[in-house]
Amino acid sequence: MNTPLSTAGTLFYDHAASRRTGRDADLAPLCVAEPTLSEYFTDNAADGAVTAFACTQLKQIAASGKPILWVQDRVTQRESGKPFPAGLPAGLRLILVTVNRAVDLLWSMEEGLHCDALGAVLGELWGDPPALDFTATKRLALRAEARAIPALLIRRGGHPNLSAARQRWRITSLPARLDPDDNRAPGTPLWQADLFRARGRPPGQWVAGPGKTGVLLSHAVHMNDAGGGGLSDGTRHTPGPTIRAAG
Amino acid sequence: MTQDRSARILPFPLSRARRAGGVQDHAPRVAQAGLHPVGPTRLSAALDILQLAEVATGPRNAGLSGSGHLHRARPGDAGPSCPGGQGPMQPTSVMPALQMPVPALRAGRPAPPRQPAARRASCDGPDRDTGSGPGPDRRALSRRIVSLQLTDFAMARWLRWGHARHDAPPDNLPVILASEGPHGPVVTAVNRAAALAGLQTGARVVDMRALCPTVRVVRADPDGDRAALDKLMLWARRWCPWTAVDGADGIVMDTTGSDHLWGGEDALLREIEGTLGALGFSSRLAMAPTHGAAWALARFGPVRSIATPDTLAQMTAPLPARALRLESDTVLLLQRLGLKSVGDIAAVPRLSLTRRFARAALVQNPLARLDQLQGRLAEPVSAGQEPHRFAVQVRLPEPVQDPTPYLPDLCATLCAAMAEAGCGARRLTVTIYRTDAEVSTITAATARASRDPAHMRRLFDDRLDRIDPGYGFELITLSADLTEDVTATQTDLEGRADDGAALAQVVDRLSARLGPQAVRTPALHESHIPERSLAWALALSQAPRGAGSPVFTDRPLRLFDSPEEINVLYAVPEGPPVQFRWRRVPHRIVRFVGPERIAPEWWNDRPGTRLRDYYRIEDDSCRRLWIYRDGIYGDDRPEPPRWFVHGLFG
Repeated sequence: MNTPLSTAGTLFYDHAASRRTGRDADLAPLCVAEPTLSEYFTDNAADGAVTAFACTQLKQIAASGKPILWVQDRVTQRESGKPFPAGLPAGLRLILVTVNRAVDLLWSMEEGLHCDALGAVLGELWGDPPALDFTATKRLALRAEARAIPALLIRRGGHPNLSAARQRWRITSLPARLDPDDNRAPGTPLWQADLFRARGRPPGQWVAGPGKTGVLLSHAVHMNDAGGGGLSDGTRHTPGPTIRAAG
Repeated sequence: MTQDRSARILPFPLSRARRAGGVQDHAPRVAQAGLHPVGPTRLSAALDILQLAEVATGPRNAGLSGSGHLHRARPGDAGPSCPGGQGPMQPTSVMPALQMPVPALRAGRPAPPRQPAARRASCDGPDRDTGSGPGPDRRALSRRIVSLQLTDFAMARWLRWGHARHDAPPDNLPVILASEGPHGPVVTAVNRAAALAGLQTGARVVDMRALCPTVRVVRADPDGDRAALDKLMLWARRWCPWTAVDGADGIVMDTTGSDHLWGGEDALLREIEGTLGALGFSSRLAMAPTHGAAWALARFGPVRSIATPDTLAQMTAPLPARALRLESDTVLLLQRLGLKSVGDIAAVPRLSLTRRFARAALVQNPLARLDQLQGRLAEPVSAGQEPHRFAVQVRLPEPVQDPTPYLPDLCATLCAAMAEAGCGARRLTVTIYRTDAEVSTITAATARASRDPAHMRRLFDDRLDRIDPGYGFELITLSADLTEDVTATQTDLEGRADDGAALAQVVDRLSARLGPQAVRTPALHESHIPERSLAWALALSQAPRGAGSPVFTDRPLRLFDSPEEINVLYAVPEGPPVQFRWRRVPHRIVRFVGPERIAPEWWNDRPGTRLRDYYRIEDDSCRRLWIYRDGIYGDDRPEPPRWFVHGLFG
C-alpha cells in the first residue's frame, strides 16, 4: 500500500471490464481508514467529495457492524447538512452528535476513542478554532493508536496548521466517470486525493474512486473516460484533472 | 477520613428496599379484613384473637401508625376505630361461613335473617348470631373503609395541566375532551361551561359541535389519566397506609385506626376533600365498614356520609340498585323485577336470589354484592406495592465547597442498594443543600439501566464544577429517580462487559455533558419523502429504531435540514435547469440524471403540497448535488414551481 503501483493507470480505463473481471482490488492500492488520526481538508462546503472519501474508507468497519460516532459542529451541519444513512455505505450504524463548540467536539471524539465498541470516530470541524492545537491533535492521535480505532477529522474552511495527524489529505471532486447506460448522466464519482503529509508512507496525489472495501487510488486516469468529453455535443468539455505523479 | 466519610453515609431507604425486596415477597399488600391472615404467615381460619393480636403487634407492624389491629386487640379500648356498642371480641365469632372464600354461592344455606344484621347485632350480644344464618361478621364490620370518587377527574386534570402552562381556557369557554368511538369522536368529559351549554358526556362530538359551535375539543388521554390516578393513589397514603385504585376515577382506602390522627372520622373526610380540592380535584367520599357500602354511599349517598355498623343497613337501604356495583344489564333485570333499591334486594329471601343468580359472575350477582356491602363476604383493600425508591445521603460536619470526594462512596452505596433489589438506574440526581437554604440539583440519564459505580461517577465528572457552592453545603443526596429491573448477565468467561454496555456508557457520558438532544441515532420510517424517511431519535431513548433498510439506491450522502432555494435558468420548463445560482455562486449543469418524481403523501400532507421532481446533477466545478423542482408547470397552482438543493452526493 505504501508504494503506489505504476500499473494503476490500467485501473480506471474500463469500468465494465474491471467489473467483469473483478480484479480492481488486486490492481489498485486499497486505502482504508487506519487506526490513527487522519485529517481531511476541503475548500468547499458544498463539496461532498470529502464525505464520500471518508465514508468509503470506512466500508470495512461498516461491514463489521460496529457503529461510528459522527460528531458535527453546528456550522458544518448548517452548511453541509447531516449525513443521510440511505446514501452512506450499507450497514453503517451511526451515532450523530451535534455540538456547539470545538472544545466539545474534541472532547466527544476523545470519549468515543475510549470505547472499544465503536468502529470509528469521525469529526467535522469548521474553520480554525484555537482549541484545535497541536496538543489536542496529539491527544486524539495517541488515543486512537492506543485503542486502534480510526479517528477521522474532516475540516472545512480551515488551514493545515501545525497538527499531529498522521495523515493529512486534501480532497476535491473530479468529474465523474461516464455512466455506461446513460451518456448524459454522471457515473461513478472520482475524487482528487492529495496526501500532502503522512507518517510512514510517502505523500502523493492520486485519482481516487470507490472500491468494494475501500478507496482505490490511481496515478492516472483515462482522460476520455473520466473527463466530460463523453458529452453528446462536445462543447461542454471540462478539462481533465491535472495529475502529477508523486515521487 | 475515608473511613469517617463512609460511616456517615446514611442509606435511609436502603432498609426499606431491603425489607421490600428481600424478606417480604412482592405480593401486593392486602389490608386485613375479616379472617384474612395477618402478616406474611398464613393463619388458619380458627385462629383465636389472642394469637391474632400477637402477630399484629409483632415487629413488622410495630412502626405502622395506622395499624388497626393494635386498637382491636385491646378488649377495653374504646378508640375511634371501635365504634360504640361493639363488645369485646370473642373467639367464637369466627364463623364457619367465612372459612370459604365465596360463601354466598353456596346454594344450601339457610334463609337469611329477616331483620338487618347490623341492627340485630346492636341490640344483641355477639354470641347470638353465631348460631343463626350467615349474619355479617362483627370483625369484618369493624374496618373503616373510605371510598373516594373524583368527579370529572379527566377534565380537572386537563385544566390543572393547562393552569400549570398558563394556557388554561377562560371559565366561560366550553371545553370537551373527546376520544375515538366506533362512529367518530365521542365526548368523554365536559367542563362546567360546556355542561351549562347542554353538552353531554357520551354524545358524538359532531352533534355537540352543532349544538355549541364555539366549543373547544381536546383529545382525551385515558392512559395519562390512569397514570395520574395511580400517582394520586400513592400520594393518598399520607392519610392511611392502605390505598388502592378503585375503577377509573376512584380510590379506596382502609383508614382503620388512622382517623384519630386527623381528629376523627368527619374531620378526616373533610381533610381529604379539602386537600384534593386544593389540588383542583372535586371529590365525593364516604366512610363505611365495608368497601361496597363506602362505594355506594360515596356515589349515591349524602355528602361525606359516615356509616357505622349500626347504621349501615339503614343508610344503604334507600340507595338505588346501581349502588351495588352491578352491570347495567343486571340492574335493568332487577328493575324489571321491581327491585329498585338496595333495601328491596335485601328484603328478598336469600334462597330466591341464590337460586336465580347461582352461576352469575360477581358483577352480575346482586346477592354476592349485597354480601360484600353488608360484610358477609370479605373484600379486603388490596394495596399495591410501593415502587422502589433509592436515595443515599451524606451529612457533613461542616460546610464544604466541593462534593467530588464524597461522590464515589455515595455511588457505591447506591449501587449496592440497587444490586440488592435487582434494579438499575436510568436517571440520577445529585442534590446539594447549601447552608444558605439554597438547593441545587444535577441530573444525569443513562441509555440502559446501570448500577456501575464507576460509570455513575463519570456521568457527573465535569458537571459538579458548575454548582455554585456559595458558603458551602452540608448535605449531599444522590437518588435514582427512575429505575428499571436489571438482571445480572455475564457475556463471556472473562467477565468483560458486552459491547452494548460499553456503547451505552459512551452515549450516557455524551448525553450527560452535551444534553440528551445532542446525541441521536437514525430511526428509519416508511416514507418516500426523503426528509420524512429518517428521523433522528434520541440515543438515550429505548424506542424502536424502525427496522428495515433503505430501499432507494440513488440517495445523497448528506441531506440539508431545510432545502435551500436556488434561482434557475432553464431551456425547457419540464427539464432540468441549465444554470442555477446557489449561495450566490453560479453553477452550470454539465450532466444530470432524472427526474425522479416523488409525489406528496396525501394521507400526511396538507392539501396544497406539490409533487417534487428530483435531479441528480453534476456542475461545472464537479460537485454532485441533489436538486428538485417543487411542483410542475401546469399543475393549476398560481405560483410557478420553485427549485431547491436538497442534498450532496460524493
